[in-house]
Amino acid sequence: MKRIMNQHPERMLRIALGVIPFVLILIVYVVSSNARLAENPRDKLLPSLSSMGQAVDTLALQPSKRSGEYLFWQDTGSSLTRLGLGIGISALIGLIFGVLNGVIPYARANLSPLITAVSLIPPLAVLPILFIVFGLGEVSKVVLIAIGITPFLIRDMQSKVMELPSEQLIKAQTLGASTWLVIVRVVLPQVLPRLIEALRLSLGAAWLFLIAAEAIAATDGLGYRIFLVRRYLSMDIILPYVFWITVLAFLTDYLLKQLSLRLFPWFHASKH
Amino acid sequence: MSMIEANNLWKEYGSNIVLEGVNTRVDEGEFITIVGTSGCGKTTFLRMLLGIEQATRGELLLNGKPFPDEPGEDRGIVFQRYSVFPHLTVLKNVMLGAEFHDSRLLGKLFGAKRHAAEQQAREILASVGLDHALERYPHELSGGMQQRLAIAQALMKKPRILLLDEPFGALDPGIRADMHELILDIWKKTGITIFMITHDLQEGFYLGTRLWVFDKVRLDKQNPNAYGACITYDIPVDRADQNTYETIDDSLDASKKLLTDQE
Repeated sequence: MKRIMNQHPERMLRIALGVIPFVLILIVYVVSSNARLAENPRDKLLPSLSSMGQAVDTLALQPSKRSGEYLFWQDTGSSLTRLGLGIGISALIGLIFGVLNGVIPYARANLSPLITAVSLIPPLAVLPILFIVFGLGEVSKVVLIAIGITPFLIRDMQSKVMELPSEQLIKAQTLGASTWLVIVRVVLPQVLPRLIEALRLSLGAAWLFLIAAEAIAATDGLGYRIFLVRRYLSMDIILPYVFWITVLAFLTDYLLKQLSLRLFPWFHASKH
Repeated sequence: MSMIEANNLWKEYGSNIVLEGVNTRVDEGEFITIVGTSGCGKTTFLRMLLGIEQATRGELLLNGKPFPDEPGEDRGIVFQRYSVFPHLTVLKNVMLGAEFHDSRLLGKLFGAKRHAAEQQAREILASVGLDHALERYPHELSGGMQQRLAIAQALMKKPRILLLDEPFGALDPGIRADMHELILDIWKKTGITIFMITHDLQEGFYLGTRLWVFDKVRLDKQNPNAYGACITYDIPVDRADQNTYETIDDSLDASKKLLTDQE
């Protein structure tokens, strides 16, 4: 008998093994939900799948009686806009300062200590400041995401630039490149796929900051809705929302990965 | 006047002396091969020629003027690894030299200029035997082909000096022989001055017109970095015989033993 560390499941078995935990959780949920509802039909803690379906139907497929909007999609749109803006702005700043710090020793000496210090500030601790300075509107939410993930992105980009073999940078200079040309033709194209990798890693944090900001001050958004209906113990809305946020997070990650594979085939091929 | 001149050249890092009292002259068109044990300053000397290290004492002159203190277009380089850009195809890797020169803002050429640069790159790639791989990325090339590409990149700038830092060290013997023919061919056709570091003494004898051995004349067993290295042998290779080859081989072995015993 081979050691278990050397045994690999076949494709079908591997997929089945992966699916089993999900199915088990679903079964456990449905069974316990039924048990609780049999005892007390008005139980709110573990709503049945059909009542969750109904809640989603009301929020997603019928206009709200008060505003005439489809709340589910409005929430999704607002949250994704904030997330997109926050991540986009962070990516741009991270790229610019990461590359500058990585390539130019003077910039590094000047900015690196500051960025390290800023990255140590817990972003949620400055959220009140953001609300005071930027008001309760969209800006403070976007800024919170940016403050939360930009320092990580800058530092990661800086170290990725510095990991480029010095041979390449010297070679470019012997080919007549100025500092600027080294940046635009040698460094930038090579750190873009690494930027996407860093963004994928910071997505989780970005969602965390988004939902925190929405929970505290917002009039729509996925995080806002969850915290709003919490008052009424509306698990039939909270659970589908959490599931939906998970799906969105998975999709963003998947799309970024596909984008990188499409745009930078050389990067993924030479990694192996 | 000699093209390159070193007068009593020293290089030290704190108390660690790498080179001491290097004196030499090099004329245009020489092919200098450099051998020596690791830690004996060959690479440091090459980096000084490249412009990324400066002498602590003494002077290193290029055409009578102090050496530039950063890399430039007049001195091409091929390292053992990482000399090519992984995000560009073979053709674009070579075109880069022209693009850097003609487009200071974007580093990209368009229209007729692009066409001309492409044509020039194709010719150079054909001369190093890479004309069948123009659209491939470096990771799709073998080690030998990558080094051919690195040489082609350098040739695009028509440098007067070509620096080779163990360019064939990682290649299989058969491929290495092909590369020897290529580099000799380039040297003969262009009259370029070549400095090449190698670990392989035989390679050094075969390729160069002049062989340098970097070694430490004095060796302190307790403190191997107390004394620096200099050029202990400077031999016009066509006049060298089997005897010198063996003497050098023995002396290198001896100091290698001494140095490795320290570790």
